Amino acid sequence: MNAPSFKASSYKSDITPIWCPGCGDFHVLMSITKALAKLGRPPEDIAVISGIGCSSRIPAYTNCYGFHGVHGRSLAVAAGLKVARPDLTVMAMSGDGDGFSIGGNHFLHACRRNIDMTYVVMDNRVYGMTKGQPSPTTEPDWDSALSPGGTGLSPFHPLVIALASGANFVAREFSGNIKACTETIFEAIKHPGFSFVEILSPCVTFRPDEKEWKNQVHEASVSETDDPARAARRIMTDDGMNTGILYRGRRKPYFASVSDRTGDLTTLEQAFEV
Amino acid sequence: MDALSPQAKNVSFAVVGTGGAGAITAGSILLEAAGKSGWYGLLTRSVGPQIRGGEAAALVRLSTKPAACMSKEFDILVAIDWKNADRFINAMPVAAGGLIVCDPAAGDPPQAALDMDCTIVQCPIGELAKSIPGGRENMISIGLVAQLAGLPVDNIMKVVQSKLGSKGEQAVETGRACIAAGMTAASGFNHAYTLAPPIEQDGSRWLITGNEAVGLGALRGGVRFAAAYPITPATEVLEYLSPALASIGGSLVQAEDELASINMIIGASFGGLPSITATSGPGLSLMMESLGLAAASETPIVVVDVMRVGPSTGIATKSEQSDLNIAVYGFHGDADHVVVAPLSVADCLFTGQWAVHIAETLQTPVILLSDQSLGQARLLIDKPADVTFLTQRKTFIAEDEDYKRYALTADGVSPMSLPGQPGGQYTADGLTHTEKGTPSSTRRDQREQMNKRHDKINNFDYGAHWGVCEGDAASDTVILTWGSLTGAARETLDTLADEGIPARLVSLRQISPFPEEALTKALTGARRVLFVEQSHSGQFYRHVRAHIDLPFETRSLNREGPYLIGPDEIASQIRDWKNQ
Ligand SMILES: Cc1ncc(C[n+]2csc(CCOP(=O)(O)OP(=O)(O)O)c2C)c(N)n1
Ligand code: SF4
Ligand SMILES: [Mg+2]
Repeated sequence: MNAPSFKASSYKSDITPIWCPGCGDFHVLMSITKALAKLGRPPEDIAVISGIGCSSRIPAYTNCYGFHGVHGRSLAVAAGLKVARPDLTVMAMSGDGDGFSIGGNHFLHACRRNIDMTYVVMDNRVYGMTKGQPSPTTEPDWDSALSPGGTGLSPFHPLVIALASGANFVAREFSGNIKACTETIFEAIKHPGFSFVEILSPCVTFRPDEKEWKNQVHEASVSETDDPARAARRIMTDDGMNTGILYRGRRKPYFASVSDRTGDLTTLEQAFEV
Repeated sequence: MDALSPQAKNVSFAVVGTGGAGAITAGSILLEAAGKSGWYGLLTRSVGPQIRGGEAAALVRLSTKPAACMSKEFDILVAIDWKNADRFINAMPVAAGGLIVCDPAAGDPPQAALDMDCTIVQCPIGELAKSIPGGRENMISIGLVAQLAGLPVDNIMKVVQSKLGSKGEQAVETGRACIAAGMTAASGFNHAYTLAPPIEQDGSRWLITGNEAVGLGALRGGVRFAAAYPITPATEVLEYLSPALASIGGSLVQAEDELASINMIIGASFGGLPSITATSGPGLSLMMESLGLAAASETPIVVVDVMRVGPSTGIATKSEQSDLNIAVYGFHGDADHVVVAPLSVADCLFTGQWAVHIAETLQTPVILLSDQSLGQARLLIDKPADVTFLTQRKTFIAEDEDYKRYALTADGVSPMSLPGQPGGQYTADGLTHTEKGTPSSTRRDQREQMNKRHDKINNFDYGAHWGVCEGDAASDTVILTWGSLTGAARETLDTLADEGIPARLVSLRQISPFPEEALTKALTGARRVLFVEQSHSGQFYRHVRAHIDLPFETRSLNREGPYLIGPDEIASQIRDWKNQ
């Protein structure tokens, strides 16, 4: 395509984000707009769908078509949109609470359904918007008013679950590494089927300890694989701070039987005649 | 009706047998053949709780006039066997003078059958079937009923040909032989329940269920996307839509739950395709939050609720009208939206189309309240007329500068851009927003957007579709009902008219926003108004009472399911009232 050139700023709206200064989500927004600029599709051909949470505020900060729905259902809205409008580039956005707790069931089935879209979860291991409760990815001993002394529950492992459920592209990035995030989101969008990118995105307000993440993350020492078993073993045994594309599969994306047939109802109506 | 009485306006029969016996197929073939011959009628099925192999009964009423509800009593009951019969025999009482045909080899009839004031004849149904290679008992029972009710055998054979033709000529011939054997056997019973000739046929008949009709109506309205999660008694809407949509270039996605299905149709509609899902009470409960999202984000969708007996899982296979409250009042916040209800199986087609028209025109969620008694009844109806609405979303013209998705307009409806349109980008939002869609918590934005959504729905001209007024317009006695019970109330009017008792019927298709003006006008001159509804708490009565004054005497005939309110019950209420 002889694309008119788009800059990252072409994908940004003029709305000022409500995020706290230093929130990792600012960087995610930057990476997304950069990845879209690299993709080169005009903003009106992109749809950014989200649920509820600090992270889910992102659609309105882009200059794309956006849908800011209810808590936990971004994947369902995105699935309906993509099947109805296969011509669009569809991205769904969530937080760890939105995507793995209230929306957990949709996560499993979106991986399994393998519709061609990209799912970005800004994982800060906390419910930011509701002011600091543990999420499914929070450490068991993280103290909070709602769960004094911690939940005592081991965290949910989104990447492994994505693999087990059939996601076609699985990656982890850190929001502060804008270059790597941009590259991975770009690759995720281009890859057919359901692409899942978990971005470690610190909540500086309720998890100030996560400011340390920038010193803890490290690029995966081995390169990506197309073998889900290998990918799963690696993810299960790593320290959770491993970044990069971990799995790129070859499953056939969901195919909706949208045909070019016309909307003539004559045959359907004749079927009822006695 | 008595044995050998000629020329009945209605003949009702039941064919019962265990799941595999083919009772439902027998009933369906007979109904379709009656339709080919110009009669009307309907089939409902009674199935036991067992998933497969349990008892099954086809209940069929044939009529010279369009018929909306099942008879309370049956002229003929053919029992292929009596297995588990005691569990459901009470649901199909045989009329005085009626006939039970049963196979002596299948054991003694249950006590409930022996207690009925009717004739029992024994007929070796199984043996007759066995005497014909490949013969089946349900085909014998078709012959029995055809003979007793006077149905033309050539039309029965046309139906058999179309049903069995794919299995080869031999199967059709076997069917023919079985039917002939059944007819010969029945001619010796010395009983007949002959249906009067059909009133002149002016056009072709359709054979359709309410669930199919809603689906087809939605397609007529322009629906091209559906999301589905199965639930009795709504599943057939989705099963109808799946291949139907595929055949016209649309699509259906099976969702993981109703939270997903409602959000999938919101997404598809945001993308520009008129979209629908169908569910029943439990699913509607799950959808409530997202229905509110559709209202606030002004995303057009249609949700069909085929109501069943509640609360909770209730009785999945039986009908009730008890989701009115949740459909109208179940949203949190003040979420203006539209609720409509089809008045008959044929009207499911119209109301399905109308619902899509309203949703698309007003950019709002529309809940269509059908119920099991409509959805799963298979009816012979006159071929429906084509209805054309000018259904169109108010679109965004690309030259518009500074596009505002939620612009305040005279009619409250704002231009809606679709993804792909340059310059139309916006973020749809359930958060209170400005005209542009930007989240806002100001008093002004909340008020303006609330007013706009309220006005677009309440100032819309719903025209004459709000409901129907039938019967003796001068009468001061009114039967007031809604949705599916309209059929029973219509038959009540006929019965009362035959007795010289004047009465009229007012029935609501538009449940919300409440058609205050139209209904008040329709009730002018009423002295007695009988509310009729299938709800334990009288949801409809309370709903009406909340909206208009009732300056007349009122009574209420309301009851929970599963026992449907019938025409005779309504008639006796009116008679008693008038006699006081
Ligand atoms: C049905 C429903 N339940 C609860 C809430 C309250 N709520 C809003 S955001 C949120 C959690 C958000 O956490 P996460 O998805 O991790 O997003 P973050 O704010 O951390 O980015 C909750 C519980 C809601 N909006 N809707
Ligand atoms: S609360 Fe946390 S997640 Fe929310 S904006 Fe502030 S830093 Fe970001
Ligand atoms: Mg979070």
